[in-house]
Amino acid sequence: MSTPVFTSVDDARDRLAATGYLPSDAIATTVYLAATLGRPLLIEGPAGVGKTALAGALASATGNRLVRLQCYEGVDEARALYEWNHAKQLLRISAEQRGDWEDVRTDIFGEEFLLARPLLTAVRSEQPVVLLIDELDKADEEMEGLLLELLSEFQVTIPELGTIRARHRPLVVLTSNATRELSEALRRRCLFLHIDYPDASLEQRIVQSHVPDLDDVLAESLVRVVGALRRLELRKAPSVAETVDWAGTLLSLGADRLDPRLVRNSLGVVLKHQSDIELAHAKLDLDRELAG
Amino acid sequence: MNLPAETAETETLPARFVALGEAMRAHGMRVGTSEVTDAARVADALGFDRRERLRAGVAAAMLRRSDDRSAFDQLFDIYFPAAAGRRMTGAPAAALDADELRDRLAHALATGDLAAAEQLAAAAVELLGRVGDEAAGWSAAQTLDALAPQRAISAAEELLRGDGPGAGSGPGSGQGTGGAADADTDWAINPWDRQPRRPERFTDRVDRDQLRAGVEAFRRQVETESRRRSAEVRDRERIARLGIPPSIRQRDFLTAGSDQLHQLRRELDPLTRKLAARLTSRERAGRGAVDVRRTLRASMSTGGVPIDPVYQRRAPHRPDLVLLADLSGSVGGFSSFTMLLMQALHQHFRKVRIFGFVSSTAEITDVVRELPPGTSLTSWALSTPDLIGRGTNSNYGWALRTFVRGHLDALGRRSTVLVLGDARGNFADPNTADLHRIADRARHLTWLNPEPEVLWRQGDSAASLYGRIAPMHECRNLEQLRDFVARTLPI
Repeated sequence: MSTPVFTSVDDARDRLAATGYLPSDAIATTVYLAATLGRPLLIEGPAGVGKTALAGALASATGNRLVRLQCYEGVDEARALYEWNHAKQLLRISAEQRGDWEDVRTDIFGEEFLLARPLLTAVRSEQPVVLLIDELDKADEEMEGLLLELLSEFQVTIPELGTIRARHRPLVVLTSNATRELSEALRRRCLFLHIDYPDASLEQRIVQSHVPDLDDVLAESLVRVVGALRRLELRKAPSVAETVDWAGTLLSLGADRLDPRLVRNSLGVVLKHQSDIELAHAKLDLDRELAG
Repeated sequence: MNLPAETAETETLPARFVALGEAMRAHGMRVGTSEVTDAARVADALGFDRRERLRAGVAAAMLRRSDDRSAFDQLFDIYFPAAAGRRMTGAPAAALDADELRDRLAHALATGDLAAAEQLAAAAVELLGRVGDEAAGWSAAQTLDALAPQRAISAAEELLRGDGPGAGSGPGSGQGTGGAADADTDWAINPWDRQPRRPERFTDRVDRDQLRAGVEAFRRQVETESRRRSAEVRDRERIARLGIPPSIRQRDFLTAGSDQLHQLRRELDPLTRKLAARLTSRERAGRGAVDVRRTLRASMSTGGVPIDPVYQRRAPHRPDLVLLADLSGSVGGFSSFTMLLMQALHQHFRKVRIFGFVSSTAEITDVVRELPPGTSLTSWALSTPDLIGRGTNSNYGWALRTFVRGHLDALGRRSTVLVLGDARGNFADPNTADLHRIADRARHLTWLNPEPEVLWRQGDSAASLYGRIAPMHECRNLEQLRDFVARTLPI
């Protein structure tokens, strides 16, 4: 690696923060290490804590392009790596009916007929890129096998063209929601980062950076109430994104402090299951107005 | 923190990473040589001046699973302690007693001052935790007994309610005022009976919760601190092995307490999601046959030459799950787990039917759906006539017979049957014929047994008999359940 991406942990933190992503110290440290040691970064954590957003922020912080591979059940080599453009090859063959077969054969397996999918795009890129492999747990296990070569050697072999080696080691970010246990082999190649809900003061800063017009006191009580909600046994705990949504809702309602009626009316923004809403309703005693 | 130079005479830094790796292995984490090498590389890149960053970095290199995190943190504290000996910086060491410590703790809790709380934990262990003379070690239990940190909650709440208008806008605001003179008797009074001194704020309703979480964190700090101090005077490996509670993955279901049930529930949910995903996964034995009609239609764009063959789609296999759960007293602790598992499964399966039995079988699907999470069904089961047709001791033979007689239509070609129980039938007729009937009719039949495998051949256990018909798996803790879901489960 020629020039280090980040000079220090503080540098990583500040440059991520400049893109609007406020990282915790642990996140900044791990990102710095992933960039410095040239290792892929495997991120796990509850939904809505900013796993995917971190990859986006990383791309803008380093000024690199973000190449994204969204995994889903049944995603295969043709969707992830490369595919030959059959239709175009056929046109090429029929356009030159009398041509020499040898010429045509070498021709139709040229760059022109290659459809690069995200992984190949990342490897072939002239500029350094950030490669995001999102929700890897949704893909089948064969996909992991495909990634093993890519993640350790950063090269791709296409039988007709030969082996393509990455000019720049891409920063690879993998995210997983743990629907499936990822294989040990893959885990071993990555640095592991578990992102949890941020602590209260960080979350307050995140809320305020997204909703700058929000009153300080309101932001603080909002974050504390969300923290209390997360401690309840809910089916789906409110995510950071939902806290920010709630802050936006309260702002547009013109609220300057929390009161039971307001919370009652806007609770649907943070809680998405009826049973959760009922539980929070009882716990926060929303039918009783504020005393005094 | 302990700089490597200071400890160089006793052990080298690589040796310490190796020792940490070994301790992690002893706690069931998979740590290979490459992880240890990575950790050393991380330490090289980060340096040693910011301990929390080093912790985060080493965790990134050595940990592979988030549920090992708490055990890792404790081991890290033992092998890379924050400092050596007493550390009373900031807090004046002299003339502190338990009451005064508690007052300060209340203050730290009210202002959300985490650094102060950690220092107080150190001071508390120093003051109250010594066992015997200096060499014998430090006890967290003794410290916590003497200090009773839960008594600081009310005092902190009092501080938050505040006398003056400026005081107490919540933990984290750093505005709490000092001087709770009556702090040590306050805990006996219900705070709601007291007249609040200022208009109520909405966040007052979550204060208590938040303070309680703060006290929990303080307890953990005290435990960490006493382990650290003990590790200095005693064998570090020994403390690392014995002083750290097993992670929730390895704790026995049969002995799970109510506090662990919450934790279990959180762990179970992703597992059941996996279970559902595994069971619904398509059979991937190659692709389906070529769909001629659609292939020809698709060939229109390529001038009638069928370039891309289109295959027939396979309908995903959607299983029904049938649970048959032993609810008798002998698997009491297991039954709360059963309940959690059943409720968690409900969310992820299209169709789940749940049957319970003690000595006879009845459908309890609706009961399970209505009850709050983690309720123990044992006492309910023992007073429900449908479940105790042959007495209140478990009778597997009769339970299987009543299931086959009354509910065999619940099983179909797609059903996966999961039996949860210890297979201890009190020497009654095991009635394997009916289990055969279930096995023949269902797509899969699997048995999860909460007893250790070595006990299966002893006493009244019919596990070996049933095990010949239904593959039986030991399922005593989350680790084994996870293993079952990930590998053993037939599709």
